[in-house]
Amino acid sequence: MAALLHVRFTSPSLPSPVRRRSSCRPAATPTRIYAKIREIFMPALSSTMTEGKIVSWVKSEGDRLAKGESVVVVESDKADMDVETFYDGFLAAIMVEEGGVAPVGSAIALLAESEDEIALAKSQASSSSSSSPVAAPVADSPAPSQAPTPPPSQTVPPPPRASPASASLSAHPASEGGQRIVATPFAKKLAKELKVDLAVVTGTGPQGRIVAKDVEAATASGSTVPREPKTVAETGAAKVPTSPIIQLGSVVPFTTMQGAVSKNMVESLSVPTFRVGYTITTNALDELYKKIKPKGVTMTALLAKATAMALIKHPVVNSSCRDGKSFTYNSSINIAVAVAIDGGLITPVLQDADKVDIYSLSRKWKELVDKARAKQLQPHEYNTGTFTLSNLGMFGVDRFDAILPPGTGAIMAVGASQPTVVASKDGRIGLMNQMQVNVTADHRVIYGSDLAAFLQTLAQIIENPKDLTM
Amino acid sequence: MAASISLSLSPASTTRSSPAAARLGAAFRSNSRSFCGLRREVLPLRSVGSAASRRMIVELARHRAATIVAAATNNGKPAKFDYDLIIIGAGVGGHGAALHAVEKGLKTAIIEGDIIGGTCVNRGCVPSKALLAVSGRMREFQDEHHLKALGLQVASPGYDRQSVADHANNLASKIRSNLTNSLKSLGVDILTGFGTIVGAQKVKYGKVGFPDTEVTAENIIIATGSVPFVPKGIEIDGKTVFTSDHALKLEWVPDWIAIVGSGYIGLEFSDVYTALGSEVTFVEALDQLMPGFDPEIAKLAQRILINPRKIDYHTGVFAKKITPAKDGKPVLIELIDAKTKEPTDTLEVDAAMIATGRAPFTKELGLENVNVATVRGFVPVDEHMQVTDADGNLVPHLYCIGDANGKLMLAHAASAQGISVVEQICGNDNVLNHLSIPAACFTHPEISMVGLTEPQAREKAENGGFPISVAKTSFKANTKALAENEGEGLAKLIYRPDTGEILGVHIIGLHAADLIHEASNAIALGTRLQDIKFAVHAHPTLSEVLDELFKSAKVNSGVLPSVNEPVAV
Repeated sequence: MAALLHVRFTSPSLPSPVRRRSSCRPAATPTRIYAKIREIFMPALSSTMTEGKIVSWVKSEGDRLAKGESVVVVESDKADMDVETFYDGFLAAIMVEEGGVAPVGSAIALLAESEDEIALAKSQASSSSSSSPVAAPVADSPAPSQAPTPPPSQTVPPPPRASPASASLSAHPASEGGQRIVATPFAKKLAKELKVDLAVVTGTGPQGRIVAKDVEAATASGSTVPREPKTVAETGAAKVPTSPIIQLGSVVPFTTMQGAVSKNMVESLSVPTFRVGYTITTNALDELYKKIKPKGVTMTALLAKATAMALIKHPVVNSSCRDGKSFTYNSSINIAVAVAIDGGLITPVLQDADKVDIYSLSRKWKELVDKARAKQLQPHEYNTGTFTLSNLGMFGVDRFDAILPPGTGAIMAVGASQPTVVASKDGRIGLMNQMQVNVTADHRVIYGSDLAAFLQTLAQIIENPKDLTM
Repeated sequence: MAASISLSLSPASTTRSSPAAARLGAAFRSNSRSFCGLRREVLPLRSVGSAASRRMIVELARHRAATIVAAATNNGKPAKFDYDLIIIGAGVGGHGAALHAVEKGLKTAIIEGDIIGGTCVNRGCVPSKALLAVSGRMREFQDEHHLKALGLQVASPGYDRQSVADHANNLASKIRSNLTNSLKSLGVDILTGFGTIVGAQKVKYGKVGFPDTEVTAENIIIATGSVPFVPKGIEIDGKTVFTSDHALKLEWVPDWIAIVGSGYIGLEFSDVYTALGSEVTFVEALDQLMPGFDPEIAKLAQRILINPRKIDYHTGVFAKKITPAKDGKPVLIELIDAKTKEPTDTLEVDAAMIATGRAPFTKELGLENVNVATVRGFVPVDEHMQVTDADGNLVPHLYCIGDANGKLMLAHAASAQGISVVEQICGNDNVLNHLSIPAACFTHPEISMVGLTEPQAREKAENGGFPISVAKTSFKANTKALAENEGEGLAKLIYRPDTGEILGVHIIGLHAADLIHEASNAIALGTRLQDIKFAVHAHPTLSEVLDELFKSAKVNSGVLPSVNEPVAV
């Protein structure tokens, strides 16, 4: 027979429940609802049991529970047992995920009496999570966006905008223009585990299906958000990432992210790439930057904007080839910018960099960096890039080359802009600021002449940067 | 220390009007056919040593001796028939029957149109065990957590597909030649061709449709087995859409395979494919995976065998149409709701395996010549496996065993039925107790069962007005299982607390398939819990899981009415 859940009433003290409640149900008087949220506790299944492991949740968040129904399977020191509820209601929030361990008597979930209370319970779960040692990761995100209504549209991009994800999905013969998500069983499991929205993951498997490594790749670029409030790419002074303590001679297993990066890097070997370099004079760009810097414009935004504008004229450089049989002209120009932090790597994406003006683009960049710091980057904000920029100029690196991220067509390595003695065509010698850029591209779809033409255009834009501010 | 849970499920209206007395009475009615034959022979021996029962045994023995003598004299006469027994089909059922027939002194022939060994040896249990042996080891090598706990280090395990396939094929060939040799050495005539019944006690065999050689036999056993059942709308190409027949050849390992049906076959193949690196999607028409298993076992199986693996599933849906992969398109599977028939989803996978059960192989058997009509392809039989005709009358001298009669589609059940039929032919009234036949699913860990599931037992208890109880033990409490670091598993016993009768045993856990036999033997022999609990098990062994299980059962034999009655000893 199943054990019964221990449920007790709680009186939540929420930061601002009135505002939240009134926004979703204006007519309701918020004060009376509180008592209807109950905590579900880890039951004592035997006299010797001090803690229990959640084997599996029979119900998911939002499910209706009837008195006597199994809710969760708990593993005690002796056996696994189904645990039932003796209240009707809704499983509002799971606080200890499957596989998690909780001491007997600690809250493992919240039970809401009605559907309306689910949101409230969730926020309660998140507010109590900080104090609870076994808090579930689900409860980490701010509650308002987890209301029963669909999340606000700005956190999830509308399907047509979510390129290249939608672009690749629509290439899928049976995905009905990206309506359906085709993902393998393991990819689905992994996505659930890692909390990745499959809708924004780019599939690289056969016929564009999403496979496990796509999900891993999506988390790899997102899970490594900076722990320190610094963004190397932004600060002028180069800061070499230093690990706190490294034990020499020790063997350190890869973290999930490092494993995924490693996998991605090895996978990149299957793409035939080549490199084309170019030297660009940046005097005009530097002047422009000086002029508009007070308005909040950043060099990253300027470079991204210039690149995006050049890409308009060379769509093939913005394309991507996934299956080796066809390639996609991506509908949007999304510039991903590699940012190194804590030995990790993240690529926040400036979406539609060609269409957004330089001021908005700079604001957007700041926003992305802030989000990255707060570990709040959404998958579409780091895995939808169509062209990648990598800049090591701030370290004084004058030239380098980059590895092409799988699923994209090209990446540009940008070196430092340095005063250089240059001979001009009219026979004079002068001092100019010059930087070297080096593009790595997928030669299956992008050829030497394509890159050459693209770089020529880019150089023209950077050397004559008036258009960047328009 | 075992964690055991004992529950009493006795219905409110428990009639204790001496069921044991009734049982004993039935045991003494020697002609009662409804009583399970195996048990009947044992019960009088061990339950009551009364003078009456001794007399019974003597009478039984005398009766048997008489029939054997009769059979022998029959054989001694100028041969009226070419054979005493002809078996159509040399699968495990036919083989078992032939071996027993020879033991009983019958002149026996076996007709086989394909290869000796039938489905089990060539396209079923045997080669699949070879694949599962590989998958089990792959699984161990890949389970870093498990290896680490044991202190082992294994560097990047891999496999060679062709060698794995060869192993399965070689095993099948070896078992096939063993079977063939055993038949030959015993003097069983192997007649090659497809057998057709042309009349009473008459069989022709030869090429399909052209049976040219006629033979006669006093008795005929149909043991033609079954073939994979493929529902309408599913196009089999043998490459991307296939049945277990093709899958066992392991010609390739798809990245993503859909398995239609989550019974034994589907489950075993999911074990093989996921161990070899595939991802699996189950398509199950019923609302739950693994229908047919005890629900509690199925639930645990899902937790051990499905959830942690690269498997997802769609339940309550039919695969309405499956189109093989071609022109660079993947395999398309159109799913419809099992109830509403509304389209629900379309799957695109690299391969689809159809494991929706098996259909009897009874075509062109000439059954119409003896006025026998099949039911959904199955040959109708009575409890003695004797064939009944279209009018419901028994067809003399014609029997059908195994998958072709559909009673219990398991190789060893066919063999047991064959032995039972031979006993019957030799004059020994014999009814096989199907509830004592164990079944096993060779996943990692294995699942095994015998007797009733808990819902079945409850229904029976409800109708029969007797109480049932359930006892469980966990592998977590078993020393050997823990030494192997394989503590996951459960053994479950369903029994009558009033009599101590075992109604069903279900095991999921390490070597469950080997463990079940203690329970199935107990059921077959009618051993009661109050007796078997004193049997000694070697320590430390996995068999102690069952030891604990039997010991944790609470039998109220003290209040049994029969015990209060005077019993002559």
